[in-house]
Order: sequence, then structure tokens, then C-alpha cells
Amino acid sequence: MRLRDVNFPSIASSEITPEDVWLNRRQLMQGAGLGALAAVGMTPSAAATSPTLAELAAAAADCDGCSTDESLTPYSDAISYNNFYEFGTDKSDPAQYAHEMNVDPWSVEVGGLVNKPGKLHLEDLITGFDLEERIYRFRCVEAWSMVVPWVGFPLAALLERFEPSSDAKYVAFKTLYRRREMRGTRSFTSIIDWPYREGLRLDEAMHPLTLMTVGLYGKVLPNQSGAPLRLIVPWKYGFKSIKSIVSIELVDKQPATSWQQLAPQEYGFYSNVNPEVDHPRWSQRFERRLPSSLFSPNRIQTLPFNGYAEQVASLYKGMDLRVHY
Amino acid sequence: MTTHSLPPFLSYRIVWWLLFGFGIGPFLWLAWAVIQNALGPDPAEVLMHTTGEWAIRFLVVVLLARPLSQWGWPVLFRARRLFGLFVAFYASLHLLVFAQVYVGWSGAILAEELAERPYVVVGFVAWVLLLPLSITSLHSLRRRMGRHWRSLHRSVYLIALLVTLHVLWLSRSDIGDALLYAVVFGVLLGWRFVVFWRKSLRAKQSS
Repeated sequence: MRLRDVNFPSIASSEITPEDVWLNRRQLMQGAGLGALAAVGMTPSAAATSPTLAELAAAAADCDGCSTDESLTPYSDAISYNNFYEFGTDKSDPAQYAHEMNVDPWSVEVGGLVNKPGKLHLEDLITGFDLEERIYRFRCVEAWSMVVPWVGFPLAALLERFEPSSDAKYVAFKTLYRRREMRGTRSFTSIIDWPYREGLRLDEAMHPLTLMTVGLYGKVLPNQSGAPLRLIVPWKYGFKSIKSIVSIELVDKQPATSWQQLAPQEYGFYSNVNPEVDHPRWSQRFERRLPSSLFSPNRIQTLPFNGYAEQVASLYKGMDLRVHY
Repeated sequence: MTTHSLPPFLSYRIVWWLLFGFGIGPFLWLAWAVIQNALGPDPAEVLMHTTGEWAIRFLVVVLLARPLSQWGWPVLFRARRLFGLFVAFYASLHLLVFAQVYVGWSGAILAEELAERPYVVVGFVAWVLLLPLSITSLHSLRRRMGRHWRSLHRSVYLIALLVTLHVLWLSRSDIGDALLYAVVFGVLLGWRFVVFWRKSLRAKQSS
């Protein structure tokens, strides 16, 4: 597993990992029941569309709100219709270009107001935590939604390992920012201030539904879905569920987040799914549950907190959600 | 405005059919893709974008017709009506998709959209302004209207302005498209203005 210490910026791992090394590694991991790491050996084209991504072993979660019997959005749709503006603003751009991002080696810096700051490596993410499968509704602020079986572990489990200090009130996240590997960040007309940033209040971060995600559909996350580590906060609009995380920082003040910086009147820090508060440019009362079609748009009503009110509404007791949108 | 610049083997009829094919092409492709379910999991978004974009592209072609004809390519000038009708055609499809997928044919939701979203209003006004232009594109009406026809059809510049505003208002994190249209329409409008200004200057000098 020493490969992780060798840094080859902007060269796909498949180009630098000799096949025998990769095979050995794969056997090693399968021996330990951890096929996931084989993902580091996948070819770029496979990364974009592959049905052959490594399988992840995960137990089905049985917590409150952790599953739904609504029909799942097909895997092929979930990995081909994405917003990941680092690779372009079209929905098909991430699936087309995210393979240019090198996810091995990968490390996540955890710091700020914690007693034990440190780094997590790609391997730690998959071997160091008990993986569960959670089937969540995913509601984009653009009024479309999916139902996706994610694989991951509670963010709380990760944060506890680094021991947040008593001053910590918020968690700030950052996405990888590599211009050479992310063509969307090279756009002259983009007005996003990279890297992409997101944040949660500490109690939101510690909520059992908040998931650090490493896979979907029992497979390792493909790059366009935020490999190798992303957040999923099912009761918030999708852009809160930051992808390809490289930094997690505990802070005492509400951190600035990318969309809020860009258009504060349209995107609030909380961004809880709320049919009563419109995006100024479109209504949030309905959503298109994908796959949708022209003649049966599959337009359904949006629920407060994306249907997770029972689990999370108490976090916002006494707050005016029209002000704190 | 004759077609004498065409090569001898091309009659205007053939050219017209070629241009017609070019104009109807995007629609045929979209219709095929809808039937084949080939537009991905969220066809609403693709259809909204594609129909809107083609309406704008053909509007650019319409506005290009006059300058191009003066630079020795008069065929496009004659086909101006064809492309003008394609602008109205794609703009109408754009509106139909909006009604079907975003409004769900609900009067209440349409009223809310018009009341609360300025870009919807601007787009809708642009579409309404296209209607009289489409109707008066009939040759018989045009003849009957005489010089009024020209002044009515000048509203195409207002439509271009509204469309640019529509796209600008819709931009989220990348203003590339909006800037492109603003520049293209800006240049075309500016050119018209310069021509008009020169003409009136000349008229003054000769009087």
C-alpha cells in the first residue's frame, strides 16, 4: 500500500500503476474483504461510465429514515446526470470529464478546532469505518430528484475520531481544486471562487442521517459522483452534499459556502429542502423524480426537509426558516 | 435582391429546401430523441435548453441576413422569412415544453411564474412579440401593409434585447452564453445603428 505515498499529480493512476501491482493489491484487499480499493486501478474510461467499479461490502442500515421503499433511480442515470461544476456546467460534463481527476493518492485533512488534527488516506476511508448502505432521496435545488442507495458511514464517526473541541460550532468542507484536472475550473466565464466550499452546523454534522459517502449501488463512487469521499445530507439541497472532499475543518463561526457567496439571496447557508421557500427564479413546491419523460414528467410534490422532517425538524426549532433558508 | 450570385446549378428552390432542412433538422432530431427516450433521465431540461438555443441561433441568422446580403450573399436575405418563422417555431416549442413540464398546464402556477419570475415575463413578452411578425410574414399581408410592415418588423431588435436579458437572468455560475449572445446581438444592433445614422447624415447633406 506504499503507492499512496508517491505523488504523481495529474497522471491517472491507471497509467502509473503496473498491472501486477494492481492485481496484487486487488487480491490483498479482496482477501480482507475490501474490494473497494481496486477502484484505484480502474481505467479512465471505466471511471466515467463503468459498470465494473469495485464492489463494496456494506450492511443495510436499519436506522430511522435510513431507507425508503420508493423506486430507485437507475444506476446509469445516477452516474450520468450530475452537477459537478469543476468539470463543466452541463449535466453530462462530469461523466465525460471527471476521469481526468486523479483520486489516488488521496488524503483528507481534518483540522481546526479538534484535539487530534490529522489526515485520512484513501485506504482509511474504506477500511477504517463500518460501511452501511442507506437509501436516500436526493433533491437538487434545480427541482429534480433521485433515490439512491449510498454506501458510507456517519460523519459523526469520523469527527469523533479527531475529537472536536468544545469551541467547535461548525464544520467547513472543501473540494479538491486542481485546474489541470478539472476543466470547469479553467472556464473564463465561471464566477465561482474555487475551491468549492460547503459547511454544516456541528449538530447537523453529527446527526445520524449525515453520511460520509464512499459508494453508491454497492460500488465505489465513480469520479463524477464525488470520488473518493463525499458528503450526503439527505434533508438539504444537493449542492450541500459536497463532493471529492480534501479538507474538513472544525470552526467556531459559520463558514462561507460557495453558492451562498455567489448568490446569497438565492442560496442560504442552511438550504434545507423547503417547498414553502422558492428559489427566486423557480418554485420549489414540485420536483421531477428522475427518470422523467416529456409525456409523463413524474412531477411530485416536494416535502419539507425532503421527507426527513420527523428526524431533523427538531434541529431547527424556534428558527424562522424563511429567514434561515 | 436577386439570387444572381448563386452558382448556375443551384436554383433558389433547391437552396430554399436546403435551408429548410437545416432549420427543421434540430426539431426532427429532438422528436426522434423523445420517441427513442434518448435524452437522458431529465429530458425536460434538455428540451428547454435546446429549443431555446435554436430559437436564439435562428434569430442571429435573421439579423445576419441584411449585413450578409450587403457583403455579397443575398440568398440569406431572401430566406429571412423562413428563418424568422423558425425563430417563432422553436420559441413556441420552448413555451410548450415549459407549459408541459414546469407549469403542468396549471393556470395558477403560470400566474405565479409570471408574477414572480422576471425572466419568464421577459421570455414570454419576446414570444408574444414574435406573433405579429409571424402572421405578417404572409406575402399578401406584407404587400397590403406597405411601409408599416417595415416599422413593425423592426421590433425584432427589441426581441433580441429581451432574449439577451432572458438568458442573462437565467445564468447561475457561468455567464458565458449570456455574454456571447449579448456581444453578437450588440454587434448586429450596433451595425444597424451605424447604417441608419450614416443614411440620415447623407440625407441631411443632400437636402
